[in-house]
Amino acid sequence: MKLVKNALGRLVPTEVNGKKTTPYMGVGKFKPDGRKYAPPIRTAADYPADGNKIVSDLATALKNAGLKDGMTISSHHHLRNGDMVANEVFAAAAAMGKKDLMWFPSASFPCHQGMIEHMENGVIDHIEGSMNGPLGAYCSEGKMRGTGVLRSHGGRWQAIQDGDVHIDIAVIAAPTADPFGNATGDQGPTACGLLGFALADSIYADHVIVVTDNLVEFPCIPWQIQGNNVDQVVVMDQIGDASKIVSGTTQITKSPDRLLIAELTAKFCDEAGIVQDGFSFQAGAGGTALSFALFLRDIMRERGIKARFVRGGSTQYLVDMLEEGLTEYILDGQTFDLEGVRSMHENSGHINTSPFTSYNFHGKGNFASMLDAVVLGATEVDVNFNANVVTHSDGKLLHGIGGWMNCLASKCTILPIPSFRDRIPVLVDDVTTLCGPGELIDVIVTERGIAINPQRQDLLDKLRGSSLPIRSIEEIKNEVEEIVGGKPEAPDVGDKVVAAINWVDGTVIDCVREVKS
Amino acid sequence: MSKTGEAGRSGPKVRSDCRIVVEYCDKGGLLLDISSKVGPMYGDNIRQQITESCANLGIENARVTVEDRGALPFVLDARLETAARRADPTLDATLIPEMRKHCTYTSKADRLRRSRLYLPGNEPKFFVNAGLHNPDGMILDLEDSVAHSEKDAARCMVRNALRVVDFYGAERMVRINQGEMGIADLDWIVPHNVHLILIPKVEDPQQVIDVDNRIKEILKENNIEQSVFLMPIIESALGAWKAYEIAASCESVVSLAIGLEDYTADIGTQRTLEGGESFWARAQVLNGAVAAGVQPIDTVFSDVGDEEGLRNSIIEAKSFGFVGKGCIHPRQIDVVHKTFAPETAELEKAKKIVLAFEDAESKGLGVVSLGSKMIDAPVVKRALRTVDVAIQVGMLNAEWRKEVD
Repeated sequence: MKLVKNALGRLVPTEVNGKKTTPYMGVGKFKPDGRKYAPPIRTAADYPADGNKIVSDLATALKNAGLKDGMTISSHHHLRNGDMVANEVFAAAAAMGKKDLMWFPSASFPCHQGMIEHMENGVIDHIEGSMNGPLGAYCSEGKMRGTGVLRSHGGRWQAIQDGDVHIDIAVIAAPTADPFGNATGDQGPTACGLLGFALADSIYADHVIVVTDNLVEFPCIPWQIQGNNVDQVVVMDQIGDASKIVSGTTQITKSPDRLLIAELTAKFCDEAGIVQDGFSFQAGAGGTALSFALFLRDIMRERGIKARFVRGGSTQYLVDMLEEGLTEYILDGQTFDLEGVRSMHENSGHINTSPFTSYNFHGKGNFASMLDAVVLGATEVDVNFNANVVTHSDGKLLHGIGGWMNCLASKCTILPIPSFRDRIPVLVDDVTTLCGPGELIDVIVTERGIAINPQRQDLLDKLRGSSLPIRSIEEIKNEVEEIVGGKPEAPDVGDKVVAAINWVDGTVIDCVREVKS
Repeated sequence: MSKTGEAGRSGPKVRSDCRIVVEYCDKGGLLLDISSKVGPMYGDNIRQQITESCANLGIENARVTVEDRGALPFVLDARLETAARRADPTLDATLIPEMRKHCTYTSKADRLRRSRLYLPGNEPKFFVNAGLHNPDGMILDLEDSVAHSEKDAARCMVRNALRVVDFYGAERMVRINQGEMGIADLDWIVPHNVHLILIPKVEDPQQVIDVDNRIKEILKENNIEQSVFLMPIIESALGAWKAYEIAASCESVVSLAIGLEDYTADIGTQRTLEGGESFWARAQVLNGAVAAGVQPIDTVFSDVGDEEGLRNSIIEAKSFGFVGKGCIHPRQIDVVHKTFAPETAELEKAKKIVLAFEDAESKGLGVVSLGSKMIDAPVVKRALRTVDVAIQVGMLNAEWRKEVD
């Protein structure tokens, strides 16, 4: 495999799974031209006039779709760790004796570890999507035949629109659907909120199958997925384990150190002048991010400030803010708990969005860059503010990218992170895998101080004289190295590239190497 | 000869600690068996440290097993020393880490002691970040939070922590055990820049004097000039009865604290939210402390989840006259500090009184008046204290007089 240095000095492959790639060129530098990829022309005359597209089972649907060796099948992660559909699809493909398939999930979860068996016996050649837990370990150890490709939520949309990924068959798990294929996620026994991750696939795939366990009569309202894009509908007993799709309640952190980090983050936003009437922010559903939202809520209450919109991952805490009038809208990309599902169903200010509206590189703008502040995690950050979100310091693939890369476009990107975990520094000289260029990362908030990117002179000026612990990133890193007894050893990795990390524009920003065990 | 000793904890849920087994052999040199959660990042580092530390302890022929869960170097050394000592009680070599510069700051007899955070002495995972929560005092506890069988391990761990961990300006406190064991604890603690010793369950001034004398001997043996302050804790009826004598027992005493869990057990009742059962004891301790010229310090508030309850209990303690409160969770500290701070209106009034007092003094007037009102001496005294506290907690600039006009 030939490697070249990209604009960040990272060695990346020039070819992945037989396709030529473009090395990362810089933020906003790669602008492909030409026309977007288009699905084949279909004709209504070929579909049942009565609108009934139901077929007996998944195997029949896959057969009707013309499943062949080497095809790409997509699925989506809105059922999260409760998803049963992706596993059923590949079990059916295996039973049909198909080989060398590519799985193109919007994200994978530990419930998908059965895919390892399909990779072992050749049903699946490789995965292009997030890999964590057992799948991440399998890929890290170099056992996957093909090379993994990790993309952001926005990058997945870009790859579909650019034709970088051609989806032969999209299988969309639908908590509620009608026989025409209209589908929604906000109701039914396996309600998950919204189906935004499947939207691109429904528009661009050659063939679209909707799978539901809650068939309703036409019309299914709302139609988050339009039946006009759907080829077939399959009814299953159960598409997911409801208890693993959304949590009953999302938990804020109890760790005093993480609470301190969250509190410092909220105070930073306040002192930086971000918290003012009509502002917007995005915070995820992790313990620290949730606590940040609570501290921010307290500041907003105290000062009588209202946000115009909040981007979710919605949780009960964001819903509380909406219902209390602290924000006018939740623009929701993913619903994490039952309160989020309820609110999306009941509140007109709780809006269903997709990676197209929020993150897509080929949209005519997107929401991410309009946010006043976004709060994200990271596994490592280096002294140039470059961040890693996919691998651990030992080189193992751990997490997917999610919307993380796309969110870096916000006006102020803040990473609240511990400065070290156990003995392992989070602040390092050089990140193991570079997923976010430092020029887009504005602030690091650790329990040992807040580091502002020197490129953000405006923020440094605003916080001058602040009582908050503003320090240089090197200073915090040096303190951590003193505590943990020196710099960590570099991970013991081989030459083999096991996964490419694609930037939001489809260029290769870094890659993951095989970890020697 | 086969002597084996082990120390520390391991297992999937253990963080920032390790289990070390030392098995002395007759021959065969040093055999290291190391597994670590952070092996890829620090495996070589750990191997080197254990090898050097074994040499420093004079361990030549032994099998040393390390199951590491991300322990920091000072923790690895503490566990190794404890394991070796348990294998060979006659061992007199130690693994005392180099004293870090950030561990050498000093304290003052009259410093603020509003909050003191208890850290279990044998739980190193809590140590490193505790100071970030800015308590006035950090207590490394050798007493109730440490199981009897782990007292030796905790001594070693606390000693190492005192030389390595940055407590970011908090007063460096250790709570020793009761009686003879407490006196023996001092050897492990006093030479390592401990600022204050908490003495539990004091019932007689002689207990305090014994601790003070032993501290002075150790300081002298080590040529240390700095003094070590004492905070006796009253936790029984007898202790409460003798509160004043205990507070006045020696010059090293700077604070007198009350511990209500043990006290209520001693008098055969239970703690209630209203606290009627401990009213007398608290009043005794408060008055005993004030009479002896030391700080009266209140008990801990043990419901970590109840912030409102904590706030009310501090308001009550403050109105009682206490100037400090024990904390068992870092999130309590900020509430303690905010609630003990003078209220804005209280401070503004105090500033006016102080200015009027100083004006009267400069004019040689015997009577202080504010507007048409005469101000009594005790009111002036209280105002002076309020202003002083406000300056100490950073609510008021020391040069505030210049900002007033």
